[in-house]
Amino acid sequence: MLIADLSRPGRNNASQAPAAVAVNDLPAHLLRKSAPDLPQVSEMDAVRHYTRLSQKNFSIDTHFYPLGSCTMKYNPRAANALAMLPQFLGRHPSADAATGQGVLACLYELQEMLKDVTGMAGVSLTPMAGAHGEFAGVAMIRAYHDARGDAARTEILVPDAAHGTNPATAVMCGYSVREIPTNREGDVDIEALKAAVGPHTAGLMLTNPSTLGVFEKQIQAIQQVVHEAGGLTYYDGANLNAILGRVKPGDMGFDVIHMNLHKTFSTPHGGGGPGAGPVGVSERLLPFMPIPVVGKAGDSYRWLDEKDIPQSIGRMSAHMGNLGVLLRAYVYARLLGRDGMHRVAEFATLNANYLMAELRKAGFEVAYPTRRASHEFIVSLKKLRDETGISAMDVAKRLLDKGFHAPTTYFPLLVPECLLIEPTETESRETLDRFVDALKEILHEARTDAELVKGAPYSTPVRRLDDVKAARELDLTWRMVGR
Amino acid sequence: MPFVPHTEDDISAMLQSIGAKSIEDLFDEIPVALQSEGLTQVPEGLSEMAVTRLMQERAEQDGRYLNFIGAGAYEHHIPAAVWQLVSRGEFYSAYTPYQAEASQGTLQVIYEYQSMITALTGMEVSNASLYDGATALGEAILMAVRAHKKARRVLVPRTVHPIYRKVAQVMVQNQNIELVEVDYDRASGIVDAASLPAGEYAALVIPQPNFFGRLEEVDALTDWAHANGALAIGIVNPLSLALLKPPGEWGAQGADIGADIAVGEGQPLGCPLSSGGPYYGFMTAKMALVRQMPGRIVGKTVDLEGKPGFALTLQAREQHIRRSKATSNICTNQGLLVTASVMHMSLLGPQGLQNVAASCHANTGELLKAVASVGAKPVFAGPVFHEAVIQLAKPAAEVLAALRQQKIVGGYDLARDYPELGNALLVCATETRTAEDIALYAKTLAAAM
Ligand SMILES: Cc1ncc(COP(=O)(O)O)c(C=O)c1O
Repeated sequence: MLIADLSRPGRNNASQAPAAVAVNDLPAHLLRKSAPDLPQVSEMDAVRHYTRLSQKNFSIDTHFYPLGSCTMKYNPRAANALAMLPQFLGRHPSADAATGQGVLACLYELQEMLKDVTGMAGVSLTPMAGAHGEFAGVAMIRAYHDARGDAARTEILVPDAAHGTNPATAVMCGYSVREIPTNREGDVDIEALKAAVGPHTAGLMLTNPSTLGVFEKQIQAIQQVVHEAGGLTYYDGANLNAILGRVKPGDMGFDVIHMNLHKTFSTPHGGGGPGAGPVGVSERLLPFMPIPVVGKAGDSYRWLDEKDIPQSIGRMSAHMGNLGVLLRAYVYARLLGRDGMHRVAEFATLNANYLMAELRKAGFEVAYPTRRASHEFIVSLKKLRDETGISAMDVAKRLLDKGFHAPTTYFPLLVPECLLIEPTETESRETLDRFVDALKEILHEARTDAELVKGAPYSTPVRRLDDVKAARELDLTWRMVGR
Repeated sequence: MPFVPHTEDDISAMLQSIGAKSIEDLFDEIPVALQSEGLTQVPEGLSEMAVTRLMQERAEQDGRYLNFIGAGAYEHHIPAAVWQLVSRGEFYSAYTPYQAEASQGTLQVIYEYQSMITALTGMEVSNASLYDGATALGEAILMAVRAHKKARRVLVPRTVHPIYRKVAQVMVQNQNIELVEVDYDRASGIVDAASLPAGEYAALVIPQPNFFGRLEEVDALTDWAHANGALAIGIVNPLSLALLKPPGEWGAQGADIGADIAVGEGQPLGCPLSSGGPYYGFMTAKMALVRQMPGRIVGKTVDLEGKPGFALTLQAREQHIRRSKATSNICTNQGLLVTASVMHMSLLGPQGLQNVAASCHANTGELLKAVASVGAKPVFAGPVFHEAVIQLAKPAAEVLAALRQQKIVGGYDLARDYPELGNALLVCATETRTAEDIALYAKTLAAAM
């Protein structure tokens, strides 16, 4: 049932809008001729409709959601409530900083905490998601080389395990991309890296722990290779949860990093966003930080702009990025405090290693059996597929029937039939045990009744969807039906 | 331990299963030299009660002001149901809908959103959102250049929000794309199609209403773009479209009627001001351009029993499939704000939105009369939607400071971006301003000048 199906001409909610007023001072050729095709429903109908839709979702609040690389941990309700205090919600973005000293204090303190967490010299909060932070970061790398007149650097290196946003970002910043292979241990193939770098190298983008769920042991050597070639290094902070407070990207030698506050700092993912992707920079990239940045003089705070940071790469958003998300991250950081942050990495890592150990005992094959898991790890179902025809996709769908959201599937692409599993620190041992039991059951089903698994899911609002039809017979709005 | 449920028993049992002696052991692959001494700038953790107290104090420090300012972010009434529903955990704490069967709620919300935003804009297709209005403009320019294939220059009038132009510049500058600035007519505050420079361009950007609140001659500008082989990119306030001609109908009647791409800031449809975010950027286009769109798109399909359902579609445009050849690097978008917008549009309906838009227009008319009576006259002749530029007797910064003393945020100072306009202030009165508010504003303004 679509909201449009509930619509009846003439139905409206009189208490939600002012009375009609005639508009007769605008030229006719600039006016709309017929009313837009929007639903005409009662308030109660709308509330029921969207409440029912919400019930068709899996979410952290309802399900274990071990989506690798996404850090689906509990989103504290206090963060939402306190970011939505009426004074914060009612403040206009262009109002003078004098009217926003409270909110600016929160942002300034968040900047300072993130500097500490990352070990970087400066932080700008303005990018609105991870990929947006990547754009800011690579644009700064480019601005740095340009400022030195070093125009020959045209290439960004990314490991083959990198997230798709890394190469896509490099291209948006005008670079070409070269992929570096991964070795058997899940680390970067350093010989290949050495062969790839040169005067054309603008930089390397790296996630550590990587998207393969292991800590890159040769990180110091990698830094040396890239830096000696004159390139800069970019840290994709999607996996910062694994090392929060324990290893600082700045200490690993990175020149620039982004964080995903909607992962590590537990701001809600909202069914697709909003996020926040602050960037941290080393000393040499400080002059290029995106604006605005919050500055402090004495007891008062103000926005630093192009006058203060004249070489800045510029603005990333119309205002200050996803400010409400930044407030939620600030509340989370204050609730955790120093010790709480240390525990994040400890328990995220404990949970991942426990789950990995239990799944191995249950007969699952992990991609890097000689390695510790970071906060996540990969199970490869290649053998199972060869044996039974059951794919990672089938197992993922069957997990939905067992009341668990699926792990990330088919990423990173270099591990066949992979499940990238990230339990996060907020899950209890009992939940992890139940998840192991569910996977054991599925393993058994795969061997005894493969068709059952191939047909999954059965208990969700819909069964497997026809993606081919979705792409071939595009139906993207309710007016397109029958096209 | 905040948000960590482990008991001592759990920890020892788990370590035993792993075969490790301590949690420390789990980090033994990390070179010792890299292990940090710990955090020094992060204070001790606080209880929820203490953090609540702190945040309430900060909020009270900021206080509440009467807004007579717009400039891309507008105070509107949002039905209480909107954010109560949005804050349901099933929406709030879900990820991007990668597992379609477990995300039908989110997916249907996006499909309904695509249906509603295209109804407002009169366009054929929409994506699931971009970060904000400014980045939506940047993405629209990149998309137009991809679609045009030949030209890499795009005409951008100075009547487009100055910060949007800066953001777009940051987004396109490393791809050899040139943004060519177009000046406006000083008397009318709009772009004169006859003054547009000849040449080959990938697109012309057309703001409606423009940054000054003025209504552009969108038909003539769209026709100019099409006659010159350029795409027409509309950048519109979605609320205004309850009254104004939708971009999909811009231009004279003909085969290529309508803007090719229409983008804008979704904030007026259910997003609180929140000091600037989170909002969302919307992007709509003609069907022919759908494969050039950035971002997620939801399609309706059927499941294996023939039951209707929703899924992400046309993913071959996106970074997780195409990597360096994707249409954009965007991944996480502004899904929750789109959720708010769908509910907002449903609760207001076509009549409600039209009443809000008309009321904003009428209130701004009243505001202009009231300030003119104290000597602050409109700078430009011609119709506005719900915002206008007025001329002050003193620099706007001084007047704004005086208004602030009376708890009024009095407008947007144009001195920095439009010095040629003198002591110009951009003011706005939405449906949330009463006759008393407007009278107070005029009185306070008179005293400040
Ligand atoms: C490793 C990695 N890098 C970058 C990103 C992009 O972040 P965002 O979705 O916030 O843009 C992700 C998100 O899934 C990721 O997992």
